[in-house]
Amino acid sequence: MSTLTLKGLTKHYSAADKALTNVSFTVDEGEIVGLIGPSGAGKSTLIRCINRLTEPTSGKVIFSEKNLVSMSKNQLRTARREIGMIFQEYALIERLTVMENVLSGRLGYVSFWRSFTRKFSKEDVNTAYKLLETVGLLEHANKRVDALSGGQRQRVGIARALAQKPKLLLIDEPTAALDPRTARQIMRLISEICVKHQLPAIINIHDVQLAKQFVQRIVGLKAGEVVFDGKPNTLDESVLTTIYGEEDWNLPQENNIDSDDLEAPTTPVLKAIA
Amino acid sequence: MNNSLPTTWKKPPLIKSAWLRWGIVIFSIAYLYSATQSIHINWARIYEGSERGWTFILGFMNPNFSGRWEHIYTGLIESLTMTFTSTIAGIILSIPFGLGAANNLAPKPIYLFCRSFIAIARSFQEIIIAILCVALFGFGTFAGFVTLTFATIGFLAKLFADEIEAIDPAPLTAMKAAGASWLQQVNYAVQAQVMPRFIGLSMYRLDINFRESAVIGIVGAGGIGGTLNTAMGRYEYDSAAAILLIIIAIVMLCEYLSTILRQRIK
Repeated sequence: MSTLTLKGLTKHYSAADKALTNVSFTVDEGEIVGLIGPSGAGKSTLIRCINRLTEPTSGKVIFSEKNLVSMSKNQLRTARREIGMIFQEYALIERLTVMENVLSGRLGYVSFWRSFTRKFSKEDVNTAYKLLETVGLLEHANKRVDALSGGQRQRVGIARALAQKPKLLLIDEPTAALDPRTARQIMRLISEICVKHQLPAIINIHDVQLAKQFVQRIVGLKAGEVVFDGKPNTLDESVLTTIYGEEDWNLPQENNIDSDDLEAPTTPVLKAIA
Repeated sequence: MNNSLPTTWKKPPLIKSAWLRWGIVIFSIAYLYSATQSIHINWARIYEGSERGWTFILGFMNPNFSGRWEHIYTGLIESLTMTFTSTIAGIILSIPFGLGAANNLAPKPIYLFCRSFIAIARSFQEIIIAILCVALFGFGTFAGFVTLTFATIGFLAKLFADEIEAIDPAPLTAMKAAGASWLQQVNYAVQAQVMPRFIGLSMYRLDINFRESAVIGIVGAGGIGGTLNTAMGRYEYDSAAAILLIIIAIVMLCEYLSTILRQRIK
C-alpha cells in the first residue's frame, strides 16, 4: 500500500531557478527511499515540499489519501503531526533537556497550557522514556542537549521524530555532520527502526556508499528532475555519471570500502523487509 | 618555483577609486578643523567659574548624609519603587511588542505596526516623555512610573526583537514540522534560545531605569531626582554629593548583581 504519492511536484523559484520539476514517485509502507544527487539538485527542496515547509509551485502530495498541497493551515498542522522529520544539524533546542526535546515531538497533540507547564500525559512521558531507551540515551534524559556529542544529538533528533508516532519519516542529510563510524551507526538505527515499525522514510543523503548500504530503493535527482529510480544494486557507474556528471568512479580505495559495505550489513536489512 | 607569478601582494582597498578614497580623508580632516574653529572658548569665564566649580568639588569631598536624610530617604524609596515597578511593567509589555517586531515570527502588518511603535517610543528622550506625563498626571511618582514604563518598552522590545531575529531558525522549523502551534513554537524554540539575553537585558534596563529616575525627578516626576534638584538649587553641594554617591552605589550594586545572574544563566 502506498503511504505517499508525489504527482508532478514542481518548485520553481523563478523562470531561471527551477529547483524541482515534475517529480513523481510513490513510497510504499515500510519502504526506505534514499534520495541522492549533487548539491543543488533539489534534494532538500523535495523533502521540504512534501510537508510544505517550502510551498511547492504545483503538483500533488498525497499522504494518507489526502492532498497536502491543497490543505488549509490547520489541516496541514494536523497532517504534519504524522510526518516525523530528522535534520542534518539536528535542529534541537540546545538549552532544553533531552526529555523536553523528545516530548516536543508531541506538541501537535497537546494543548498550549500542558506543553507550557511541561505536564505531558503519562502515556507521552512513558513513550518518551521508551524511545530514549531505544536510541540508547536513557541515562541522559535530564541532561541539556548542548552537553551531548553529535551522534547523541542525532539520536535525540530521531527520538523526537518518533515521539510524533509518525506514519512517514522525512530525513534530511542525517549523517552529514557526523564522522563515518557514527554516520553508519545512525543510519543503521534509522533503518532498523523503520523496518521494525514498517515505517516508510525518505532519506536525503549525499554519501552514495552509505545510501547503497542502508536503503532498499534509490531515487537520483539531477537539476530538480528524477533521473534514476531503482534498487541500489542497479546503481552502476553509468548511472552515477548521469546523476553527478563525468568522474572516475573506480578509485581503488573507494572500491574496497564499496564491496565491504555492500555485502555484509545490507543483506539482513533486505531479508527483514522481505 | 614558477617565476611568471608576482612576488608582491597588496590587500585590495575598501574604496576602489583613489580620488574618492583620498577625497573622503581630506574632507573629514577639513571638516574637523573648521568644526573645532566654531567652538568659542571664553577663558575669562572659565577662570571666574572655577571658583564655583571648586566649592562644588569641596562639597563632594565631605558628603553630608544626615542633614537632609529624611528627604533623601523618601526620595530614594520613591525612586526604587518607581524603578522596580516600571521595569517589571515594561518587561511584561515589551514581550508582545518584541515578538510582534521579529520578522521571523510575525506577519508583515503586525511587524510594521510593532516596529513603528518601537521607533516612536525610542525617538523621545525620557525627559520629554516625563514633562508630558507630569503635565498629564501631575507631579509625583505616577508620572515617573508611566515615563519609565514607556521608555522601557521601546528599549527592551527593540532589543528583544533583534535577539529573536538572530536565533537559529532550525529548531523553529523543527517545531513547525512537528505540528506545533505558534505559541508552542515560541515557548519551545524561541524562548529557550533568547532567555539568557532577555534576563541580561532586563537587568541592564533595571539599572538604566534607576539612573533615569534620578534625572526625571528633576522635571517633577518624583523620586531622588527631585531631592537632588532641591539640594542643588539651594547650593547644598554636600547633600547633593551624598545623593550622587548613593546613586553610584546602587548602580554598582545592580551591575554586580546582574553580572552574577548572567554568569549563572547560560
